[in-house]
Amino acid sequence: MDPTETELIAAVVRGEPACFEPLVEKYSPRVFATARRYARRESEVEDIVQEVWLKAFQKLQTFRGEAPFEHWLMRLTVHTCYDFLRSHKRNRESNFSELTEAEENWLDRFIVEPESAREDAQAAQMLVQRLLEQLSPPARLVLTLLEIEDRTVKEIAMLTGWSVPLVKVRAFRARAQMRKLLATMARDKYV
Amino acid sequence: MNLTGLEKKLLAAGRRQMSDGRVPHGFARRVMARLPVGSTLDQASLWARALWRSALACLAVLLLLGAVSLLRSKNGGDLGQDFETTMLASADLDNEAPPLW
Repeated sequence: MDPTETELIAAVVRGEPACFEPLVEKYSPRVFATARRYARRESEVEDIVQEVWLKAFQKLQTFRGEAPFEHWLMRLTVHTCYDFLRSHKRNRESNFSELTEAEENWLDRFIVEPESAREDAQAAQMLVQRLLEQLSPPARLVLTLLEIEDRTVKEIAMLTGWSVPLVKVRAFRARAQMRKLLATMARDKYV
Repeated sequence: MNLTGLEKKLLAAGRRQMSDGRVPHGFARRVMARLPVGSTLDQASLWARALWRSALACLAVLLLLGAVSLLRSKNGGDLGQDFETTMLASADLDNEAPPLW
């Protein structure tokens, strides 16, 4: 019989690091999926995920088992992604003059006939990614969790460690930032 | 341009985008190779462990002295008196020594 997650964690804390590998194998897809929402380059994604696992190993004894291990790990992942966004905030560019042809076509179609601009089009997904990349780190994090991952304010508060009112305030500011960016994009392209 | 509509449309596009959970080949092994084995305990735990060990050592010395004291009192000796004599021996010698000038 395979050891349970709790047994594996207890063994790692006792000093058997080999028991950590099944945990890495089981939860890495989830951590990679989250990290890919915040970093574009594959090398950056891998660095984030490695950092998450190293932190998890070092802090494993602080895991009390009151909530599932996955929740604890996802909190650690979100914190690491947020740190990554903050350390790379200078790389943000506020330039919409470099839209690809597909993105421009999608926008043109939206202006002429909004219903015909499909949400599942790759151009639309690239546009939203481009917009998110230009938001401030807290705005990007809160909008990704709230609007893209469809999480509740309470869940976001748990994941980020922010209070519920702070999440609401940051979500409000993030939407305002997003609208400002969209207005800039419209001005750059059509005025 | 209808910016509110565009915002809604783009966020819906973001929701439709499935995040990729693909794991690179050999990733778990690379993580295992980088683990700082032997340093899983933090400073607080190391201190707590050292203090517990010291407390146990003190308890052992206390029990040993207690046992010796008990045995000596049964044999007619007085450990407390002997301890006091030893501690004050140098003071007694100072009192007994003649002045140098």
